Amino acid sequence: MVTGEGMIRILYFAQLREMFNCEQEHLALTKSITTLDDLRRVLGERGTRWVALTQNNKTLAAVNQQLAGNDCVLQAGDEIAFFQPVTGG
Amino acid sequence: MNRIQQNDFNVADEYTRLVQLDNTGAIVTFTGLVRAEDDGEAVASLTLEHYPGMTEKTLQAVEDEACSRWPLNQVCIIHRVGELKAGEQIVFIGVGSAHRAAAFAACEFIIDSLKTNVMLWKKQTDIAGTGKWLTQKAADIEKSTKWKIG
Repeated sequence: MVTGEGMIRILYFAQLREMFNCEQEHLALTKSITTLDDLRRVLGERGTRWVALTQNNKTLAAVNQQLAGNDCVLQAGDEIAFFQPVTGG
Repeated sequence: MNRIQQNDFNVADEYTRLVQLDNTGAIVTFTGLVRAEDDGEAVASLTLEHYPGMTEKTLQAVEDEACSRWPLNQVCIIHRVGELKAGEQIVFIGVGSAHRAAAFAACEFIIDSLKTNVMLWKKQTDIAGTGKWLTQKAADIEKSTKWKIG
């Protein structure tokens, strides 16, 4: 799903997209990023607004279009999406 | 069948498609609209954002779950995305079954599931142009628990 070796693609939706002013980005999977929890922590280190990603009860995640828990192991080529609880219907 | 689309739908046309020459004795439909007023505030529009690919998968999962719980002959779910003005249609659900109990229950299950289990997010804009992302309502979460969804 993603171009480039060792890279993951991250998508941000709705309120998070506006908060971070970012719709999507590519990130290298370094040794410090093994699980979704690691990714949340690394992104959270960017600064104030990004801390929201470390608040699991407020931001949810999907990996390769399947809802995923923080212990989900990430691999090169994965597509990760972060979003707040849905409001369809 | 189910689909995500920007264009409006015609309820009469969708109902006609649900009528089949089988043992269907009951058709229940639901149409969701953009309220012109929400909690005392005048609403100008509702913008629906979705996750192309995953939204369709989660919508299919809702349809599959409804069909596994009740004996349904026809299911149609149409959910619009994009900017919708006050008064516009958002969602259509149509369910056909031999008897009404299954049709009523499945239709309610589907709309309740759409509130908490499908990848869609609503941003409501007032007449001054101020937008706010809506959050899940406690009542919707309760219904999700009642149906044991997800």
